[in-house]
Amino acid sequence: MVERGPNMTINSTSGRKGGFGHWVRQVADHDVFYSFTRSPVTMLAAFTTFVIVFASIFAPWLTPHDPFNPASLDLMEAFTPPVWLEDGTWKYPLGTDDQGRDILSTIMFGNRISLIVGFFAVLLSMLIGITLGTVSGYVGGWFDVVTMRLADAQLTVPPILIALLVDGVARTTLPRELQEEMAIYVLIFSIGIAAWPQYARVTRSGAMVERNKEYIAAARIIGIHPVRIMLGHIVPNVMGPTLVMATIGVALAIIIEATLSFLGVGVPPTTPSLGTLIRIGNDFLFSGEWWITIFPAVALVVLVLSVNLIGDWLRDTFNPKLR
Amino acid sequence: MILYVLKRVFQAAGVMLFVAFISFVLFNYVGDPVNNMVGQEATIEDREALRERLGLNDPVVVQFSRFVAHALEGHFGISYRLQRPVKDLIAERLPATLELVFTSAILALALGIPLGIYTGLHRDTWLSRLILSSSLAGVSLPTFVIGILLIYVFSVSLNLLPSYGRGEVVKITGSWTTGFLTASGWKAIILPSITLCLYQLTLILRIVRSEMMEVLLTDYIKFARARGLTDRAINFGHALKNTLVPVITVTGLQIGSLIAFSIITETVFQWPGMGFLFIQAVHFADVPIMAAYMVLVALFFVIINLIVDLLYFVVDPRLRIERTVTIG
Repeated sequence: MVERGPNMTINSTSGRKGGFGHWVRQVADHDVFYSFTRSPVTMLAAFTTFVIVFASIFAPWLTPHDPFNPASLDLMEAFTPPVWLEDGTWKYPLGTDDQGRDILSTIMFGNRISLIVGFFAVLLSMLIGITLGTVSGYVGGWFDVVTMRLADAQLTVPPILIALLVDGVARTTLPRELQEEMAIYVLIFSIGIAAWPQYARVTRSGAMVERNKEYIAAARIIGIHPVRIMLGHIVPNVMGPTLVMATIGVALAIIIEATLSFLGVGVPPTTPSLGTLIRIGNDFLFSGEWWITIFPAVALVVLVLSVNLIGDWLRDTFNPKLR
Repeated sequence: MILYVLKRVFQAAGVMLFVAFISFVLFNYVGDPVNNMVGQEATIEDREALRERLGLNDPVVVQFSRFVAHALEGHFGISYRLQRPVKDLIAERLPATLELVFTSAILALALGIPLGIYTGLHRDTWLSRLILSSSLAGVSLPTFVIGILLIYVFSVSLNLLPSYGRGEVVKITGSWTTGFLTASGWKAIILPSITLCLYQLTLILRIVRSEMMEVLLTDYIKFARARGLTDRAINFGHALKNTLVPVITVTGLQIGSLIAFSIITETVFQWPGMGFLFIQAVHFADVPIMAAYMVLVALFFVIINLIVDLLYFVVDPRLRIERTVTIG
């Protein structure tokens, strides 16, 4: 035992190294990676998304200024134009807004809020959709009928309208002093509610196919609880397509979030998302300070376009039939 | 056929009742309606009297049926903020929204179908590629960003078109006003309707294109070519006709989305329509307007869906035969 000890550690480390090299080779040889390298647009989109996500995760350390600390703001420097215009300085590469906040920094923080809302909203939709879809498909019966009727009815209405209505109702239900604090949760909730039917439908049809397979019958015969069958066997097997849908779903959720914030029923100006920034800047469009609104708008379009392109590529690669 | 129609009508009524119930709950239980109506110095007896007079002490079923009865007559109470009947407010705003939606629908169809046919027939020309790639931008750009960009280019920079409002309006009957009769009204509707139609235009273009491409590969088109028919007769007489079924469905359903997206467009351009009214109601927690708007929009959607479903039968004879066989 004692003699073998070092040998084993050597073996295991070299094994891990070989494993890693093997893993890299496996990834590099894989069809998906090949199709990734064959699509320069997707590579560019992935790179852009990576930069945006990285910048928003580390926004508090990366931003050149702290736009939400009133002490660091200088009203004398409000309305500074971007650096390439007259009066622009390198201190504020994209200019400042009416309160002297650095646009670049607010965009980085705005991306952060937009991504958080987009990500968690999609997570919520998936949670609702996959749960209802799996139960509908596996159990069937009246539950299936009711759920699918509900899904059909909701699918005829655009998600953005559902989100708006749910958001409006939720906001009026909340007491006024809580509205700003809870705004981000209300948004995640309303956008999450708006998108569940697609996930439910896909999961349901998957579950209906899996239900009749032999391994499920076997699991049932040895007396495994239905909940465990659904969680342990059905869900992992039908999740694949929903993950691809989720990527495009994030882009859609970001658009809805931005729209609600732009309409003034989303995140408050104290913790602005991209939509809030565009809304704030919109007031200054006419007085010539175009950069306050145009830069956040460009940032939003770049973010949505990149995520969409990745989503499209994923869909085409994993399920060419859906094209 | 009649059975099918009846079934659809029942479903529609069910959906409407559901929405009415939600807005009823919103109306009666969000905040205290009595608190919203009486002043600070009202006594408890006053409040109780008002509760009794408003029927708030009745059982829920009675209250709900009264709500539905009032809604059927168009009564949704009085706006908390504007202190005017919601019915009048909506009647004032409805024409503006309908004009905007109508213009956008026409624009989307008038541009989307020809562009779709062109890109479907001439797939590899540079013009087709240009149209298709710019249509991708139409999908990726959020509506309000398109609106802001249009305002920046055409109102701020070029100073050509107005950026807000409806321009001069002419009264037709009652509260129905139109901007179609004045030059400033026409000018004012250009930017909002382009903003609103862009997304729908893209969808219609893509559907017409893919349907055209699919139909052109079928045997009967090949046969038509073998018969030596002119391109014109093949493309428009044979191919286009068969692409129309999905186009009708999509367009019909998209009119519903136009109403939804008009909320955004109206806010960007401060167009005095229902969507703008609704957003302001959300800002100020003006529950009666919100409830009325929800019921109204649900009604629009239900009616549009019903019409689209029935149009299937009119347009596609195959469906009619199948149905009568299965029913009879």
